[in-house]
Amino acid sequence: MIRKTVLRVVSKALIPFIALFAFYTQFHGDYGPGGGFQAGVILAAGVVLHGLIFGLAETRRVLPPRVVEVGAALGVLVYGGTGVLCVLLGGNFLDYDVLPEVLGMGGQHLGVFLVELGVGLTVSSVMVGILGAFSARGREL
Amino acid sequence: MIDAVVQHLPAWQVVLPLLGAPICILLRRPAWAWAWTVLVTWATAACAAVLLRTTLDGGPWIYEMGGWPSPIGIVYRVDPLAAFVLLIVSGVGAVVSLYARRSLTAELQTTRHDLYYAAYLLCLAGLLGMTITGDAFNVFVFLEISSLASYVLVGLGPDRRALTAAYRYLIAGALGGTFILIGIGLAYQMTGTLNMDDLAQRLPPVSHSRTVLVSFAFITVGASLKLALWPLHHWLPNAYTYAPSVTSAFISATSTKVMVYVLARFAFGIYGEPFAFEELGLGRPLLVLALSGIYVASAVAIFQTDVKRLLAYSSVAQIGYMILGISLATPAGVAAGVLHLFNHAVTKGGMFLAVGAMAYRTGSTRLEDLRGVGRVMPVSTLAFVLGGFGLIGVPLTAGFVTKWALLEALWAEGLWPVAIAVLLSSLLAVVYVGKVVETAWFHEPSEALRARAEAPVDLLLPAWILVGLSLIFGVWGAWTTGVAREAALRLLGGA
Repeated sequence: MIRKTVLRVVSKALIPFIALFAFYTQFHGDYGPGGGFQAGVILAAGVVLHGLIFGLAETRRVLPPRVVEVGAALGVLVYGGTGVLCVLLGGNFLDYDVLPEVLGMGGQHLGVFLVELGVGLTVSSVMVGILGAFSARGREL
Repeated sequence: MIDAVVQHLPAWQVVLPLLGAPICILLRRPAWAWAWTVLVTWATAACAAVLLRTTLDGGPWIYEMGGWPSPIGIVYRVDPLAAFVLLIVSGVGAVVSLYARRSLTAELQTTRHDLYYAAYLLCLAGLLGMTITGDAFNVFVFLEISSLASYVLVGLGPDRRALTAAYRYLIAGALGGTFILIGIGLAYQMTGTLNMDDLAQRLPPVSHSRTVLVSFAFITVGASLKLALWPLHHWLPNAYTYAPSVTSAFISATSTKVMVYVLARFAFGIYGEPFAFEELGLGRPLLVLALSGIYVASAVAIFQTDVKRLLAYSSVAQIGYMILGISLATPAGVAAGVLHLFNHAVTKGGMFLAVGAMAYRTGSTRLEDLRGVGRVMPVSTLAFVLGGFGLIGVPLTAGFVTKWALLEALWAEGLWPVAIAVLLSSLLAVVYVGKVVETAWFHEPSEALRARAEAPVDLLLPAWILVGLSLIFGVWGAWTTGVAREAALRLLGGA
């Protein structure tokens, strides 16, 4: 679809805004749980649009499969690592109260922020990974 | 530092494999991912051993996740029963991980072993989480984690039929999971709580409502589907047959066991024995299904031409013995069922590993290809046969200890016809185990087979560890019997 000028131009213009909206969803109301999943899906939707318009080979060049895999793994580690950090600081697993105050964010605020960051990272990576797995149909991961 | 380890053991029990999985993907290289998996699974098993020791001496260990007290937050609740199942699951996981490297190199179509190990650790984390949690909804979450991971583990089998087997497993598993979720949802609707201890207190006053009745029905059927209680077992044989050997051994020894635990936990620990067994009379239907399952599945096993499939049907029959014990709802009966969780896990796990060792050399698990394998690979075949003795219940094997405990429990209830039926059912096991023995030892090996050597030691050692355990706890069954009795007493006592 790269030859369709309208699609190409419009999607080029849209993708940054989709990404921006994803970050807005991720970080707005970040002191409450939830939002990471939705933000991850929105961000991945931008990548999917890129893949549809410019072809999967191009998307792979921009976002290599290995990066997607590492992103999915890192997200889980950010989430779990937050819990482990709480234990190391003397609280129970995921007890955000013991986290230090950073940039004006209290413990609970910082904990939810980090955990949702992990969720967003993993969800968007997995969504992109699913697109890759489906379109490659077993030829490569 | 020591405090951070010891005081948070219930959390580490699940967190270690859960966070170990993504690290496997970061390590990427098969050898590194494997070494890491071995490290993580043995550490996890060590956690479970310490937890069992601690809870046997004292009361249940309640761990508040995130520092939120029960019933508001999610708590992990470790009592002797949970700790015993944790030890079974993580112990088998640790032993099987030793076996994985060589076996997967031969069987997996992909070179991405790190993804397999990640799924393996996630499955382990899910199973441990289901066992340790004190929150009903959390059971469902961990159920999905372990189930999704196990579909992957099955689907990666060397045979293309592994894909359809995994798909079928997925459909049945999703049904079972959904049923359990519906049941939990209805119980939540009536009580407004998801904490297990809290549910146990708030359910009896409303237990006459239809909602609670339906919720219990959904949970019972969902769990029975996941634990492959006859006649809901159809997903199991293909899944075990076409999966890689590592998966067959790991899943057969752990996943159905955890579901038996979940059923017991819901029936006795949450809804309570007076409601589930005295009022609803759950005991009789379970007893009938268990006994029919033992007979039908054992009979079907006799006619199998593939050793893994034979073992799979034998698993369905052996699950019958566990449910039979639980259906009595007496401390002795539940103890016999719990005891069989352990005894069957080590026996069947060891047998699947032994078959995997044969398949590693011969490339097949079909009986016709294994003619005379006993003369070519005597060490792996002996492991299989000793495991088979355990399935039959020959004295000095773990299977005998279970059958003895089960017979005592049945006798105490005056159910002597059932006791005799259990005794006679062993004869069917004699036939299907005997069939493999006959094929393996009383035939001349073919030319192609004669050229094969005994399996390498890194496959034999894990198989022999599990089979050896089944023999050790067959001779010295007092420890396992004692733990199972203590676990059953505390479960039924509501403590």
